Amino acid sequence: MAHQVEGEGWQGIVGDLSADRKAFRNVPWGKAMMWLFLLSDTFVFGCFLTSYMSVRMSTTVAWPNPSEVFALTIGGAHIPLILIAIMTFVLISSSGTMAMAVNFAYRRDRARTAALMLATAVLGATFVGMQAFEWTKLISEGVRPWANPFGAAQFGSTFFMITGFHGLHVSAGVIYLSIVAFKVSRGVYERKGNYQIVEIAGLYWHFVDLVWVFIFAFFYLW
Amino acid sequence: MEQAAGQRVEGQTHPIGVYLKVWGLLFVLSTLSYLVDYFHFHGYLRWSLIIVFMMLKAGLIVSVFMHLQWERLVLRYVVLLPPLLLLVLVALMVFESDYVLLTRSTGG
Repeated sequence: MAHQVEGEGWQGIVGDLSADRKAFRNVPWGKAMMWLFLLSDTFVFGCFLTSYMSVRMSTTVAWPNPSEVFALTIGGAHIPLILIAIMTFVLISSSGTMAMAVNFAYRRDRARTAALMLATAVLGATFVGMQAFEWTKLISEGVRPWANPFGAAQFGSTFFMITGFHGLHVSAGVIYLSIVAFKVSRGVYERKGNYQIVEIAGLYWHFVDLVWVFIFAFFYLW
Repeated sequence: MEQAAGQRVEGQTHPIGVYLKVWGLLFVLSTLSYLVDYFHFHGYLRWSLIIVFMMLKAGLIVSVFMHLQWERLVLRYVVLLPPLLLLVLVALMVFESDYVLLTRSTGG
């Protein structure tokens, strides 16, 4: 799969960065800009997770057990963390459908691309819905950004900040994907002869899934 | 426009099977990380398992779903190296938090 252009490896890096033209040879500017945006977003979430680590390490009050806080009783069975597990599977599935949408877009398969992108958006909306359910449940149990009945007060503030900011990203992604899917089905990119926007929108969506991987590990499982 | 007929279009066309395999792997890895909690692993075993599954999942998403392994090397480095700086912030905050905890627990 290597690009057959001169200068691979370190020579390629130096060549790309020092050449008197746009950097990243053969990378469309839209894709490069999306990557830079995602890089900056990485730092935003990185700072959130680091601040969460700081308050959790420095509190003298016991941290609430997420396994118990996010447990659900389904049909009489008490299952720990089950809602979060389902949300994880939903988001991963949406990433899978998105990856296939990008693939079909480059094959110029308009109908399948639009359908898979809509499926991605629906799964994303499902995720946000489940998150709304989770927030409602916690708020009704008395969890607030400044206090909660389970232990350290910082649990509430970091929970609402981190999952809220992530949920905002998912919601924005659902809107973004719906618009692009609509334009795909109308044949806008077919006429332009350029389906790169699908891959660029896909990058954003996979990033949202990626952030959830870290939130799941550090906030829910740790 | 000029890329439309060029190498870009075929550049990111990989067999669908690749995505399905990664999708399956992500399901397996997520199930495994859920089981870490389900079976109540504790201490360093728990933390290292969580980190391992997390890094594997992140690597699969970034390299295959986001196509980074097929991108130019310079783009890969531009995307992957700067986040490592966050480790400096994490290290600083670990020292800071330890100190804060110390002052809090000694009633200072």
